[in-house]
Amino acid sequence: MAFSIPESVWGQKVENKMQKNFSSRKKLSRTWEYIRRKWYKFSRNPLSIVGLALICTIIFSAIFASYISPHPESAGKFVNFSEASQSPSLAYLCGTDRFGRDVLTRIFFGYRYSLGMAVIVISIMAPVGIILGLIAGYYKNSWIDTVIMRITDIFIAIPPLILALAICSVLTPSIFNAMLAISVAWWPWYTRMVYEVTSSLKGEFFVQAAQVTGANTTHILFREILPNCMAPVLTKMSLDVGWVILIGATLSFVGLGAQPPIPDLGSMVADASSYLPDLWWEAVFPAFAIMLVVLAFNLFGDGIDDMLGEEKGG
Amino acid sequence: METIKFIVKRLAYSILVLVGLSVLMFSIARVIPGNPARMALGPRAPEWTVQKLREEMHLEDPLYIQYYYWLKGALHGDLGMSLVTRRSVAYDIKEFFPASLELALYTGIFMGIVGIVLGVISGWHNNTWIDNSVRIVSYIGIITPSFVFAIFFVLIFGYILQVLPTMGRIPLSVTPPPRITGMITFDALITGNFALFFGTLKHLLLPAISLAMGPMSQEARITRTTLAGNMSKDYVAAERSCGLPERTIMFKYLLKPSLIPTISIYALDFAAMGNAFVVELIFNWPGLSRYGMNAMLRKDLNATVAVVMVYGILFMVVNIIVDLVVGFLDPRIRLGTKSRE
Repeated sequence: MAFSIPESVWGQKVENKMQKNFSSRKKLSRTWEYIRRKWYKFSRNPLSIVGLALICTIIFSAIFASYISPHPESAGKFVNFSEASQSPSLAYLCGTDRFGRDVLTRIFFGYRYSLGMAVIVISIMAPVGIILGLIAGYYKNSWIDTVIMRITDIFIAIPPLILALAICSVLTPSIFNAMLAISVAWWPWYTRMVYEVTSSLKGEFFVQAAQVTGANTTHILFREILPNCMAPVLTKMSLDVGWVILIGATLSFVGLGAQPPIPDLGSMVADASSYLPDLWWEAVFPAFAIMLVVLAFNLFGDGIDDMLGEEKGG
Repeated sequence: METIKFIVKRLAYSILVLVGLSVLMFSIARVIPGNPARMALGPRAPEWTVQKLREEMHLEDPLYIQYYYWLKGALHGDLGMSLVTRRSVAYDIKEFFPASLELALYTGIFMGIVGIVLGVISGWHNNTWIDNSVRIVSYIGIITPSFVFAIFFVLIFGYILQVLPTMGRIPLSVTPPPRITGMITFDALITGNFALFFGTLKHLLLPAISLAMGPMSQEARITRTTLAGNMSKDYVAAERSCGLPERTIMFKYLLKPSLIPTISIYALDFAAMGNAFVVELIFNWPGLSRYGMNAMLRKDLNATVAVVMVYGILFMVVNIIVDLVVGFLDPRIRLGTKSRE
């Protein structure tokens, strides 16, 4: 009898532990199932897989640029006039520019700057745009909505490239200011998108239920409404990586973005364009590099859209 | 009546947005460090002239008073002096705008025709090799920045094939025609100068195509998607079962509803003209965008603000027109319900 108590406690503990284990395993398997279903939707289109593979390759080459590039010293201030302006060969797969720097190496390092720029720009401006859109949509028809959306309209009234160029032009040209300019020109598109979704979700029952049970506004905005906005937002974010890289390249192409000796894809094309058609490899390969990264994110974005988009007939 | 009310409402609202845009641009232009008066006069001007000019330009006053003076001038057509050309900005805009408009018109013609034709073809032959090849072309168009197209076209047609001119607006051997509209092809047609017309057209071709490639692909894609979506609708099946020929179904019943999204995208692309900034620079096209780009590169603030405002106004006007046209074409979208509640 004396042993029965610890035994039963022991038994209970084991049972608890087993239950816990079981439920966590069930949860895990459910998560796994969810991921598998999403992956199935994503991978139904082979082009999305191509996009994903390209992105992985590009990110890999950007991160490990200093290890995999054949001539890492070419990335910075470096001249080697004895090897200058060489056409593509085995030693220099994409040729060398007129300072003797390896073009392929500079493309890898250029990816590093382009991707870094895109990630920083999107992670700065998307949250700002999303939060403003949530607030404006939730307080629709109040003065908060009016103020936020009218300011948004002003920013949307001119194409983002012109606004970014104008902002860049008054600042000292640098990669940081280019990022600032693109962010300023881009956030309103997120605000408008989230605003539309939020203002249509506002009247739904689950929001009303949360309001009735006394949830505070922060909870309703970020826990109830935000998850329902995420599908279009994530799709737009994955597509926007490509567009931000494109606008960044355009800015540095006209000399308002990254400054030498930073190996930026846009400025590489710009520098080389004055030596066409003789040094064609100097312009063509960086241009292809830009196209490749934009293509990758476009394909990937389409895949994300398939994955998160509305269920089309199951 | 409804339409007029809608236009008035939109115009009034647009003016509000334009005022906001001007405040934004004005504050961007004035917050930068540096002395516009010193930049205007050059480094060798004596200090007292700089001081005098600063007072004349109201640079010593607080920002809102400066804005007041700027707005007062702008409403009277005085946008200040350009540092690049040393002329009044309003005069420069009048001088350079027709060239940009001409380029935009030809870009618009090209991207409209080719984009819609490609889209219709690939939508009609849904999921065949034609559809796939159009899709590849439109992907290439979308992912390539316009400056890359411009450089490739210069390289291929200008240097390698040497069939098309790559610089400027008219052949060097021709005297410019008298200025009537400022758009040389139209002036040439009005005066009956066909040699000049074709010469100018040749100069227009490369910049217009480089500008059109991106939007064109977008339109092809949207037309294709809408068309393919509409093709599986019940009314098309009904028409087929009645034995109407495919051609009639296509051109009489399918095309009109399928082109509505394309038209709104088309007009916005036409109005954006943002890419022209870089392309005009590459082709040395003497338009407003090249002027604006040069102004931006040399920190010519009056000109920058003015050019951005011109594009803002253009963008807005086109937006209003799009809403009207789409409302006219599509009775499902009523103007009253489309405006903000």
